[in-house]
Amino acid sequence: MDLYDGNLELKELQTLHGHTDRVWSLAWNPAASSPPQFASCSGDKTVRIWEQSPSSRSWHCKAVMEETHTRTVRSCAWSPSGKLLATASFDATTAIWENVGGDFECVSTLEGHENEVKSVAWNAGGTLLATCSRDKTVWIWEVMPGNEFECASVLQGHSQDVKMVKWHPTLDILFSCSYDNTIKVWAEDGTGDWHCVQTLGEANNGHSSTVWALSFNADGDKMVTCSDDLTLKIWETDITRIESGDDPAPWSHLCTLSGYHDRTIFSVHWSREGIIASGAADDAIRFFTESKDALVDGPSYKLLLKRDKAHDMDVNSVQWSPGENRLLASASDDGTIKMWELAALT
Amino acid sequence: MTLGLINANPVVHAKKERVARTEDPHSDDAVDPLEIYDYVRDIRDPEHPYSLEQLSVLSEESITVDDKLGRILITFTPTIQHCSMATVIGLCLRVKLQECFPPHYKVDIKVAPGSHADEESVNKQLNDKERVAAALENPNLRQLVDECLYSKEL
Repeated sequence: MDLYDGNLELKELQTLHGHTDRVWSLAWNPAASSPPQFASCSGDKTVRIWEQSPSSRSWHCKAVMEETHTRTVRSCAWSPSGKLLATASFDATTAIWENVGGDFECVSTLEGHENEVKSVAWNAGGTLLATCSRDKTVWIWEVMPGNEFECASVLQGHSQDVKMVKWHPTLDILFSCSYDNTIKVWAEDGTGDWHCVQTLGEANNGHSSTVWALSFNADGDKMVTCSDDLTLKIWETDITRIESGDDPAPWSHLCTLSGYHDRTIFSVHWSREGIIASGAADDAIRFFTESKDALVDGPSYKLLLKRDKAHDMDVNSVQWSPGENRLLASASDDGTIKMWELAALT
Repeated sequence: MTLGLINANPVVHAKKERVARTEDPHSDDAVDPLEIYDYVRDIRDPEHPYSLEQLSVLSEESITVDDKLGRILITFTPTIQHCSMATVIGLCLRVKLQECFPPHYKVDIKVAPGSHADEESVNKQLNDKERVAAALENPNLRQLVDECLYSKEL
């Protein structure tokens, strides 16, 4: 089926109830495909694990992790092996959970940030963890044997609240985005020290307000960011240059998608087959893809589909499943999670 | 406030007469500025035993509503340009509106143009829902907000 014909519809499969406050974030377990599984976290201070029933195909809550975080759980991330789940909380800690025979046990608590931890991310190898906070710092933790985590570096550079950290999908390069309107790129210099190698700000065609999230395409040579300035921006780099040498090739602005969402865009996720999903405070979810029409001027992106009133309130997180079908989960201030399938028009 | 008041001598205005509203405010879904004003006018100032209305921080004209789009905008005027209580007042307004109106309303809260020295940063903070959520989980701030909302000492 051709993506570019636009003959797609968004099917609402199921609404998941359980959280008693806004749902902030979702993370699919990258290693669980049968049955597929994801985690969600909420202002109700809990983390929930959801699983699809192989027979009925419907989703149910498999586990509730409570009484560990004492404040909002803002984000969650699975290790690449799917064995560990990290959760970041406004209580200034990051908890590490291990799946022990279907039960999730808190095996480690990472302390160090001065106040709210807002995001947590594993590198591709599962050897490094990054966290960020309102305290303006980004911490890199080394994963040691026996569920020990050792702080390898405290990165200072952002002038405000750091909203999200994300590792490059294949390389050990870290990206952070902030209330200071910038995206920073961090790399290790070969001696164990981490440095900011690039700052993408308004002067580089960057965002003019808080940058809330970022996501990479499958090849890792493009990145999309979303912002309170109501735009999505696409950035690109020369990935072969980074892979071949120690020279950190810069990222440059490719294009800006504006005039779509009309309130803060909180979440963006790029699927492996190239569809960008975005969720915003206008309660809508939108889908974009690279347009083949305008190759003369370089690549451009077009709106594929939009769903107004996807939720009753703000959409905080949109995440594609790692599986084959175009399955998307969305989380909202309305306390629900919705499951969607982007399917061919029948 | 043991360290002295930020604005020691505020100008206090008379409360405006209440308009007796005959219809039940919940009889239809439409929201108008006066209905919102009735909910927020008696919020107590964080520093003084006076309401936001008495200190002219708010008036009915501070509120605009687009009922079709479900948008509410409140523009308030701090009593002085360097008011460090501006964010607390903003939090009070946000909490009060969350309590009184259906959750699908989109609420924007701003200080009136030119009324605050750090206008841009106050507005940004008040409209960052993550910062607002975190602030309201802070026990000291929450207590301050609750005192302004529920105190009867006017």
